[in-house]
Amino acid sequence: MDLAAMGSTTALEAQRRMLRIRRFDERASKMVKRGQIPGTVHTSIGQEAQVVGATMALGDDDYMTGNHRSHGHPIGKGSPLGPLMAELVGKGTGVCGGKGGSLHLADFNVGSLGESGIVGSSIPIATGAALSSKVLGNGRVSLAFFGDGAANQGCLYEAMNMAGTWDLPVVFLCENNQYALSTPAHTVTSGVIAERAAGFGIPGVRVEDGQDFLAVFDAVTEAVERARRGEGPTLVEVVTYRFNEHSEGLRLGVDYRDAAEKASWLEKDPIVLFRKHLVTEGVATDDELDALEREVDAEVEEAFEFSQTSPFPDPSVAFADLYTEPFGPTHLSRDGAKSAEQAFSTIGA
Amino acid sequence: MAKSTMSFLGAIGAAQKEAMDADERVVIIGEDVEANVYGTTGAGKSRKDKGDFLQMYGRNRIRNTPISEEVIVGAAAGAAMTGLRPIVDLSYSSFLYMAMDQFVNQVAKNRYMFGGQASMPVVFRSAMFYGLNTGAHHSDRPYPMFMNVPGLKIVVPASPSDAKGLLRTAIDSDDPVLTFEACMLWGLKEEVEEDEYRIPFGVARTVREGTDVTVVAIATAVPEAVKAADALAEEGISVEVIDPRTLVPLDSRAVLESVAKTGRLVVADPAHKTCGAAAEISAIVAEEAFDALKAPIARVVTPDTQIPFSPALEKQLYPNRESIADAVRRVAGARPRQLADAR
Repeated sequence: MDLAAMGSTTALEAQRRMLRIRRFDERASKMVKRGQIPGTVHTSIGQEAQVVGATMALGDDDYMTGNHRSHGHPIGKGSPLGPLMAELVGKGTGVCGGKGGSLHLADFNVGSLGESGIVGSSIPIATGAALSSKVLGNGRVSLAFFGDGAANQGCLYEAMNMAGTWDLPVVFLCENNQYALSTPAHTVTSGVIAERAAGFGIPGVRVEDGQDFLAVFDAVTEAVERARRGEGPTLVEVVTYRFNEHSEGLRLGVDYRDAAEKASWLEKDPIVLFRKHLVTEGVATDDELDALEREVDAEVEEAFEFSQTSPFPDPSVAFADLYTEPFGPTHLSRDGAKSAEQAFSTIGA
Repeated sequence: MAKSTMSFLGAIGAAQKEAMDADERVVIIGEDVEANVYGTTGAGKSRKDKGDFLQMYGRNRIRNTPISEEVIVGAAAGAAMTGLRPIVDLSYSSFLYMAMDQFVNQVAKNRYMFGGQASMPVVFRSAMFYGLNTGAHHSDRPYPMFMNVPGLKIVVPASPSDAKGLLRTAIDSDDPVLTFEACMLWGLKEEVEEDEYRIPFGVARTVREGTDVTVVAIATAVPEAVKAADALAEEGISVEVIDPRTLVPLDSRAVLESVAKTGRLVVADPAHKTCGAAAEISAIVAEEAFDALKAPIARVVTPDTQIPFSPALEKQLYPNRESIADAVRRVAGARPRQLADAR
């Protein structure tokens, strides 16, 4: 699709969402280094076109599931930044109330059914959401984000077989950033991931330039439309590159990525590329795009402030939300008056 | 209310039919469910007779799955998070291990780690084929493993009436429920209410009242404990038999109140000994009712070995009326008749 067909509103929204992901993750990286986020985070820096190209191909009511590198997915789907940032810090105002953290962001308001810290494990969940749509006939499409590492988990093939058999409205979106932590994908992957779809009688598409927002958007849009028409699942493999280390603060003794390779990918910054395209095609001026960047900077700053000024959750929250109806002294509701100490002391009473 | 004679399996089928009639969001998925292979997805035994669920509800609501436990369990979870109320028939309970990641990391954790955004109204049924010479791969009683996973509810029915009422409650639950159905009980028959009814979770059933020894029994150990109690009554020992029915939540109050009365506890549980349901129940009583105990707690369980195929080897391993009675005699002291006289 060219920009004229897409319309300037959508195109600028894409740039805004890619920028949100970039600035959000840059800030998160800084916060990890400053000790403002407990533990670590996995950033999507460098992969923004792949993320937003997919999330913007989905409708507001559509579902998606994520993985460990997944701050960008809810942001790309339109989730507000404050509760996401607060979640990374473990605050009570976090999108999951501080119970999930970076690895388990979920925002059901935008159809984000959650990120899985277990590689590949959320693929069956997205498949089930598609089953739901099919049985209820509500026209919703479901999309599973997973990496090149997860492409070697058995559950993907169980899911493609089930979805293919039942014509489920699901898109299997492989974010091939070419490395599973330090392991080059080609050293542990037999054949081409996208071609594996053929074995299940479903379309497999490979987007070779995952830094190009429009290329990703087009491929995923086609898959989503196909799913919505009731024609079943599609496997879309998007080749991309993460600019940062596997996780922030990780220091490995070996340089598993070739310097020249890394340099060539850094030149293919999806946000820089799309900005150039927007200017060249006359969608926006440099001044307008500078203004957009400043707006996003302010949004991220506001999210940071929110994450810092929000209170930590009450200790009793550790006992909330295990079950919908609390039972027994260890399963306190949010309204449960008992303290954590009391709960521990009365287990089994 | 009208009652009719139902088998354990027939009661499960009746509960599933009630739920399918009551709520269009209820769907059944699993291996061989369309052909009503186990007799729980049809009105009668054969399609010709009274019809099966496929004819009644159509393939949109009852679906044969591929043999892919990981995606069956995960897809049921994803469907439950987005508006369906699936009942999953996993046939043999040993097959649950194929989907351990989905059970432990997704089904049990999603509501909690997403801060309550998800609800997970899904029921996973599986049958325990122990005691039927099916060999080590088909004889498991794995409920204690899942008791160890917070977020799941664990149901082990031991009578047709309980099987029906507990399954309706399970399907109504907005939390994930695993039910473990002992095949040796499948043929058990009793008069069961034909109308809808629900049995709340966390409420034990006192199967038989008694005053000298409390026997908490699970699954096939329940009817065996009753037989043991009958025999012991003739020896002058009065046994109270309690079936917890649900292990999570566990009605520890009923157990503690009974032990407060009897002062003696035997737990009969066909699962393995180490970290089993019997271990948990024993620990609760030791922690909360130590003063009431007049004798050490006894566990009658399956020893920590694998299950052999040969009938000559397998039968001895599970709790039965003799082993339960022996344990009761042991905790009741060497002079059971005098104990009866003193009462």
